[in-house]
Amino acid sequence: MNAPILKNGFFVFLFSIYCSVVLAESNASDEIAKYREMISDGNPAEFDEMRGEDLWKKPSGPNKVSMQKCDLGKGIGIVKGAYAELPKYFPDTDRVQDLESRLVFCMTTLQGIPEKEIIAKPFGGDNYKPDIESYVAYVVGQSKGVKMNVSLTHPKEKEAYEIGKRIFTYRAGPYDFACSTCHGQDNIRIRMQNLPNFNNLKDSQAAYISWPAYRVSQGLFRSFQWRLNDCFRQQRFPEPQYASELTIDLAIFMARNANNAIYAGPGLKR
Amino acid sequence: MGNPMRIRASVQEGMTEVKVLMQHEMETGLRKDADGKLVPAWHITELKAVHNGKTVLEGQFGTAVSKNPYLVFRFKGGVSGEKISVNWVDNKGDTRSDEVEIS
Amino acid sequence: MLRKFFHFVSISAIFAFLVFSAQAADNSDTLLEAKVMTIIKHDFHDKGIAKIDRLNQDSVQAMCTKFLDNPPIDNMEHLQAEQEKAIRWPADGKYMGNWKAGEELAQSGSGMTWSDKPDAIPGGNCYNCHQLSAKEISYGTIGPSLLHFRLNFGKTSGGQTLTDKELQRFAYGHIYNAKAYNLCVNMPRFGHLGILTEAQIKDLVALLIDPESPVNKE
Repeated sequence: MNAPILKNGFFVFLFSIYCSVVLAESNASDEIAKYREMISDGNPAEFDEMRGEDLWKKPSGPNKVSMQKCDLGKGIGIVKGAYAELPKYFPDTDRVQDLESRLVFCMTTLQGIPEKEIIAKPFGGDNYKPDIESYVAYVVGQSKGVKMNVSLTHPKEKEAYEIGKRIFTYRAGPYDFACSTCHGQDNIRIRMQNLPNFNNLKDSQAAYISWPAYRVSQGLFRSFQWRLNDCFRQQRFPEPQYASELTIDLAIFMARNANNAIYAGPGLKR
Repeated sequence: MGNPMRIRASVQEGMTEVKVLMQHEMETGLRKDADGKLVPAWHITELKAVHNGKTVLEGQFGTAVSKNPYLVFRFKGGVSGEKISVNWVDNKGDTRSDEVEIS
Repeated sequence: MLRKFFHFVSISAIFAFLVFSAQAADNSDTLLEAKVMTIIKHDFHDKGIAKIDRLNQDSVQAMCTKFLDNPPIDNMEHLQAEQEKAIRWPADGKYMGNWKAGEELAQSGSGMTWSDKPDAIPGGNCYNCHQLSAKEISYGTIGPSLLHFRLNFGKTSGGQTLTDKELQRFAYGHIYNAKAYNLCVNMPRFGHLGILTEAQIKDLVALLIDPESPVNKE
């Protein structure tokens, strides 16, 4: 009874080595996809959403006002579905704004918090969770399941899109990189990281709906402003101003290209 | 009291599947901060899941477990509506306990 | 006579209208371009070693940006020739260094970002975009595979085998300034823009061409 089982086991063992060696490369991407599916249910971004929701309802800042008085584009106090329509034109500031710049606006004008304070350290780090990023987590979570619907009806929205499109192809720096150098072709990757092509509808949609996200390798929730910031760093560019017109124009270019996709954030990334 | 956990529990064919998402920094004690100083070890050491007064999972967590651990486990038995409680202790003596109903 | 005159006037009018609207489109495009430049110049700041002067485009970056990496042949050939003239070939006429050092350099993706220390040595970033050694499965596909470089790149388009020296020079030139061969290619100009030293480029040439290098093994 023992010999046949041993023989079978040995061949299974050989076969598995064959699989692991010969198919290592093609399976690497599959395994990564499998891993991602396994952990997709346990997204620590939920904690950032919870923290954001608590803070949102709390009267804060020198003026002791809660962010519930903030207008994110669908009217004061409406958070549900707001992110799926951003960036957009806001009459009260007479400009196109993304989520972060709108949050800065509300935190400064409603709550009285100095802009310098908010922008000084806007990204999370070691034992540091800036309020603005928790707001981002909460707000984007309230658009989960909502269809992306960025409009280009206002002339400033149209212009912002066109400017974003041109920033996207601006080659500069010691590497001659533009955003399009990595994000302008189908089916390419950097090391093992697939690169979405933002000139391709499917790629744009898949990429945009998965950010902001919890970055497992960094153990932190990362906002869209952070994503743009870190792209420019790797592009060997100088640093973009937080929530500046440059970043908003890029954001509306990418968000609009993702229209009609169902927003799925906050996402979970490697 | 540690940070709240997110727990989900459901029954499928006589097996209860429990998914626990914990909030904890899980510092190994080997990492250096931006100034080059060692960040002291701070991590969960024990985890216990209890159902109907019986321990259904007992674990010893060490430095190999990552930040914000996500754990999925199954045990035999469990009926919709019954309670599962999960609790942990960390090396600083901090604890956290959360309870959820099996859906 | 009158009919001919009428035709002439109407055709001129149509022509003038077309030229005028084309110019108007150009002007609004020019205005938009100016706005883009203003925003780019205004919304970045120095950080670490990454200064805002990095945003100033040289002739190649400007040309490739303007034509979305597809410039007219004349402009392309002119700038390629300029770039090639500026290649600093090794004074000792040797192109090959040490492939082991080359592999380390190819694996290193650091350098030149604002989070890099000023005295840090930039890596080659090669595996980010290329397959090289058969053993390394973590490679990018932004650039062509360089696996079995000696075999795959050792012939001209006409089928003639390149001499060792010719192949080494080809590799050296490409790493030094890939844009001298194909103006708007994605690959950075590692020698021309001072990212890698002559010695480092030689090590990378060895990585590609040395028969003992893992790039040329199974």
